[in-house]
Amino acid sequence: MSDIVLKTEGLTKHYGGVHALEGANFEIRRGECVAIMGDNGAGKSTFVRQITAVEQRTSGRIWFNGGHVEFADPLEAREAGIETVFQTLALADHLNVPDNLFLGRELVKFRLGPFSILDYKAMRKATIEGLEKTGVKIPNISNTIQNMSGGQRQCVAIARTATFKSKLIIMDEPTAALGVQETAQVENIVRTLKGQGEPVILISHNMRQVMDLCDRIVVFRRGRIVANLRKDETDGQDVVAYITGAKTQAEYEDVAAA
Amino acid sequence: MADTAHGIGGLSFDSKKRDLPPELGVGIALVLIIVVFEALGWLFMNDSFLFNTRENIDGIFNVARIKIIILQVAIIGIIAIGVTQVIITGGIDLSSGSVVAATAMIAMSFAQAGQIYGNPNDRAVFFELGWVDLPIIVPLIVGLGCGLVAGAINGLLIAYTKIPPFIATLGMMVTARGVAKWWTKGQPVSFPTDSYAAIGSGMTPVFIFAAVAILFGLALKYTVYGKHTYAIGSSEAAARMSGIKVDRHKVLVYTIAGLLAGLAAIVLSSKNLTAQAGMGMMYELDAIAMAVIGGVSLTGGRGSILGTVLGALIFGVIISGFTFLKLDAYYQEMVKGAIIVGAVVLDQWRQRRAAMKS
Ligand SMILES: Nc1ncnc2c1ncn2[C@@H]1O[C@H](COP(=O)(O)OP(=O)(O)OP(=O)(O)O)[C@@H](O)[C@H]1O
Ligand SMILES: [Mg+2]
Repeated sequence: MSDIVLKTEGLTKHYGGVHALEGANFEIRRGECVAIMGDNGAGKSTFVRQITAVEQRTSGRIWFNGGHVEFADPLEAREAGIETVFQTLALADHLNVPDNLFLGRELVKFRLGPFSILDYKAMRKATIEGLEKTGVKIPNISNTIQNMSGGQRQCVAIARTATFKSKLIIMDEPTAALGVQETAQVENIVRTLKGQGEPVILISHNMRQVMDLCDRIVVFRRGRIVANLRKDETDGQDVVAYITGAKTQAEYEDVAAA
Repeated sequence: MADTAHGIGGLSFDSKKRDLPPELGVGIALVLIIVVFEALGWLFMNDSFLFNTRENIDGIFNVARIKIIILQVAIIGIIAIGVTQVIITGGIDLSSGSVVAATAMIAMSFAQAGQIYGNPNDRAVFFELGWVDLPIIVPLIVGLGCGLVAGAINGLLIAYTKIPPFIATLGMMVTARGVAKWWTKGQPVSFPTDSYAAIGSGMTPVFIFAAVAILFGLALKYTVYGKHTYAIGSSEAAARMSGIKVDRHKVLVYTIAGLLAGLAAIVLSSKNLTAQAGMGMMYELDAIAMAVIGGVSLTGGRGSILGTVLGALIFGVIISGFTFLKLDAYYQEMVKGAIIVGAVVLDQWRQRRAAMKS
């Protein structure tokens, strides 16, 4: 049991009348890569937003690293060791690459509360190293995000999560806007992380990618988890059947029927 | 993996070719406007706008005019430094003019002299209580404190009740004006101590403006505070998701804006040697105009203190230029309005161009 990194019980989020997420029971262990699949609007990103405290959940409990946690805001989740590539990327358009990489945890030369002096040089250096380590190529890191292509933005967001020490990485459709080569790079990053024993939650619509990288596939449908499949006991067609609702796993039937 | 000409790494990049800083454009505009007034001066007034033409005075430039230009924008400039930071977060502060009035009234009440030309100043607000001839530190703390409280209320309302900044600060604008009138039931507060009067005398307001500009110019560029201010204006959601305490930061930014309005009130009441409930009228709009002219984007995320300082100078040159050309005050106001709208149109145009580039 002790190698369970994250566990949710009955995680629920309602937006007024919209039941975007309903009673999600989920867990991920050390060194595991778990894919979350499901149609558009199935509640995948909503699930991520509750874990990372971007929103306050309607109900449910979360355990992280063995303890029950109540993150008040995304900073606490991040400080606890959850690094996330959000589907919206969460980049500041008017800032450049180092500024974005270190947004919210800037390196400082001199501590003075909010008026701490930024260490631009160190952040620049660490950014270049981080980009090299992850194989992400950006022609000019002094460029602001607004002048970058969709794929470049995505690379910056991914580099941001991969350069920092963490205990769990969540990626919400990290390769959605990427070309073939860049997708391969991101997949390599995930493999490396997995090799280091770092658990990864990967949200993706790409069946090949999921089958290549992940050990387990959790299927969301209309805000509920409808299947929890080990990769070696399933195949693409089977997963699609769960995604479309043609099939539901026995243990989830009662919830999914509601 | 070999470097190919494809994908993200493929584009060549010339690191020597940088985008020009936007402040350069504002600086050029400032020079052009001065040139225009110079030309109009020779055309219509047979005199120079910028240069010294008096026989009995030494020097190349018309120093008196330049001093007036800077002096007349210094006080609103102090406000504009605070407003700039608010606008960069994507907010707005409409309360500064009224906060100046309320703060000036209250601060001045603690700065009154006990005697005027040897007679007791029995019309001093706190004369009965004996609170006259207080050390300078008292009105300073009271004034800065008033501004700080007004700004903090703005910030708390905006951050925690989620009402739009426009509404929150509009409320403060009306309330603070009410406070200014209520304080003495409409009576002006006059006759400050000599030490209080010194704050606004001569070119001191300009030095205070310069100090404030340098301080916050550096803070925006080189501190975490500045980085977060830009990040929030750029994308509040992204800032929040990145772990920035957006609400707390907004309270800080609005509090600083209030504090600077308080400082402006002290300088203004000291310079005028009196405080009146109607003072600071429309200062908020002038301050916003200075920022917008200086390239601060009303949609947030873009702009700088240097830009605002240049914007303030443009503002001062235009007002002075009109006076120099002996244009009626009516025209001045009309043109001022047109300049504000023009600056916003320019900002929209710049943004569309930036959006097309990406
Ligand atoms: N802030 C919100 N207010 C109201 N409804 C919302 C909000 N955010 C999400 N929803 C709704 O919740 C449901 C789940 O959305 P979510 O973004 O989690 O889907 P998703 O599974 O990530 O889909 P996709 O694959 O398209 O990213 C959708 O029906 C969406 O419309
Ligand atoms: Mg999603």
